Amino acid sequence: MPSFFRQIEQKTWWKRRPKILRNLSAKIAALPMIAVALVGFVGCSVWSIVYSFTSSKSLPKERFVGFKQYDRLFDSSRWQTSVENVAVYGICSLVFSLVVGFLLAVALDQKIRFENTFRTIFLYPFALSFIVTGLVWQWLLNADFGVAQVIRDIGFTSFELNILSNRDYAIYAIIIAGLWQGTGFVMALMLAGLRGIDQDIWKASRVDGIPAWRTYLFIVIPMMKPVFITTLVIIASGIVKVFDLVVALTAGGPGGSSELPAKYVYDFMFGRANLGQALAASTVMLTTVLIILIPWAYLEFSHKKDSENG
Amino acid sequence: MNLKKNMIAAAVAAASFGFTSAVSATELEVTHWWTSGGEAAAVKVFADAFDAGGDTWKDGAIAGSGGVARPVIISRIIGGDPMGATQLNHGRQAEELVEEGLMLDLTELAEKEGWKDIVRPSSLLDACTLDGKVYCVPVNIHSFQWMWTSLDAYKKAGIDAPKDWNEFVASAPALREAGITPLAVGAQTWQTNGMFGVIRMGLGGIDLYRKIDVERDSEALRGEEMVAIWKAFGDARDLDDPNNSIQNWNDATSQVINASHGAQIMGDWAQGEFQVAGQTAGVEYDCLPGLGIAPALDTGGDAFYFPKQDDPEKTAAQMRMASMMISKPVQVAFNLKKGSLPVRGDVDLADANACMKKGLEILKDPANIVPGGDQVFSPDTTGQLEDLLAEFWTNPDLSPEDAHDQWATIIEEAE
Repeated sequence: MPSFFRQIEQKTWWKRRPKILRNLSAKIAALPMIAVALVGFVGCSVWSIVYSFTSSKSLPKERFVGFKQYDRLFDSSRWQTSVENVAVYGICSLVFSLVVGFLLAVALDQKIRFENTFRTIFLYPFALSFIVTGLVWQWLLNADFGVAQVIRDIGFTSFELNILSNRDYAIYAIIIAGLWQGTGFVMALMLAGLRGIDQDIWKASRVDGIPAWRTYLFIVIPMMKPVFITTLVIIASGIVKVFDLVVALTAGGPGGSSELPAKYVYDFMFGRANLGQALAASTVMLTTVLIILIPWAYLEFSHKKDSENG
Repeated sequence: MNLKKNMIAAAVAAASFGFTSAVSATELEVTHWWTSGGEAAAVKVFADAFDAGGDTWKDGAIAGSGGVARPVIISRIIGGDPMGATQLNHGRQAEELVEEGLMLDLTELAEKEGWKDIVRPSSLLDACTLDGKVYCVPVNIHSFQWMWTSLDAYKKAGIDAPKDWNEFVASAPALREAGITPLAVGAQTWQTNGMFGVIRMGLGGIDLYRKIDVERDSEALRGEEMVAIWKAFGDARDLDDPNNSIQNWNDATSQVINASHGAQIMGDWAQGEFQVAGQTAGVEYDCLPGLGIAPALDTGGDAFYFPKQDDPEKTAAQMRMASMMISKPVQVAFNLKKGSLPVRGDVDLADANACMKKGLEILKDPANIVPGGDQVFSPDTTGQLEDLLAEFWTNPDLSPEDAHDQWATIIEEAE
């Protein structure tokens, strides 16, 4: 018996130690990052979740009230509007920025003249902050002075465009401004992906007489999967956190019809001195993101492990 | 070489100058949201008076009304980066910050200068007081219950200017015919909520207002009178331009000033704008307190709070600033520019214009004074009311009955 234990002890000791010592300097270098992630991300998230069950006002207080904040949140018509809006905004900006960005990249990839100039023009809006983007589009879409007036000056005197003051369309103004700002960046990512495709593939498809659109659809796009995933993650994180655009463009109006969840959190946390309600809303946002993210991460990483092991 | 020497000499001189001035004067950063023309002129009175005392007023104006500025101000105080002084509406906005001991206690100064005897109405100082200690300086009295009409617009339409709300509603079709939008409204949510409060006061009278705001009486909240008021407010939606795209209250005031709109319901701070535009009450514009029906005013207003500082020099400067703000000459000069009423009962307002005199007349009778929204509702409740009223104003599908029910529920459940 004793010798048997010693054997196990020796075995685990032998197994464990080199594993920790392997790449030791890299692990030490990663420690600060791990600490920041644990304290900053996990720690603060837990803190937020705990205080979402309190009746905290401007300052955090441990007065627990159960699910009261969540009851109020889900009863709130403003929150419902916010959730519907972020869904519309999310779907539209995801689909359009991917499709338009990819098509622009394909167009630029045709060895056209002045490619650099076009690329710069398309990418330029990305250099502007959302606040500036919002203000620019507020003027462009202004019913009295903006694009509408230009068209009226041209001769279409009865032309009217007032999506900013229309309850049903205000959210689309935000989508348009968001697309204008972000599509160029998607295009740049896609273009880099397209340039990474081996030219021999194009030659081979031409020899086989496959039309260009089929080559793109069935050969190039599948080969660009990593680029698409990167782009998807970037766009998706932009959707969840969109805040400054709506503040600058519509301020949530008219009449709260273009409110978004991040603005709900901000308003209740700072403007309305209701920390508990704000944290309940942010907890719901976090949960939603996790519900989408966990299955995806599970699929993505478990798949890799399998292929590594196999 | 010579240039370099000169530059060094200049730098040394600048440094020593900076050093000597630091001993005698203290710089205080003051945050506020007074950015419209009339407001900026009023702030300058404060800044000049403070600078004249040897200190330095570092202006920290935050554009975009209280709704934008308050979050910035409060998060800076909570986050440990307090400014020297800050504007807030007294009442419940700073309640918790005071409870946490983040604000400077001004009781000693207040007792020395006898604020209790000079501040009128006394409710203003009460709103600054917590557990017997004074934490803010009230600087003006503002009331929301005013309607501003453009006499030019009515001249253009060829009809007599209305004397009250009912006449105004009746005059709306004639204004429309002349190409004038009857009512100017900015899209910020607090404006719709405030406007509703004014209409509620005008049509329902002061007793109903008290029963709801102070007593939160359920019967009054859901009674017949309120049903009628909600219906009237629903009809008022048609007086606004459906393509209205302006946000700020002072932009709406400009629309009344240039006679493209007939009237605006806005607090007396709008008066500063008419003044800056060079207009005179009774000539180009007119004012109807309490919609011309119920002459009652709330006594909200602005106050300055002084977040606690570590540096005793700064604390001393904060005290100097507090004393300056409530001093007689500054009160008169500031309030004339701002279009508000002074908080001191013992100053001479001979220069006050016709509208301010109307206001002073109403304030003489304490029965006409009601507490302001910031004093009775928490920011949370006010926010809920603002959300609802702004949605109601822009959404024709939301019926007055449904909105009335939601509105009553919010007030019943308010803390």
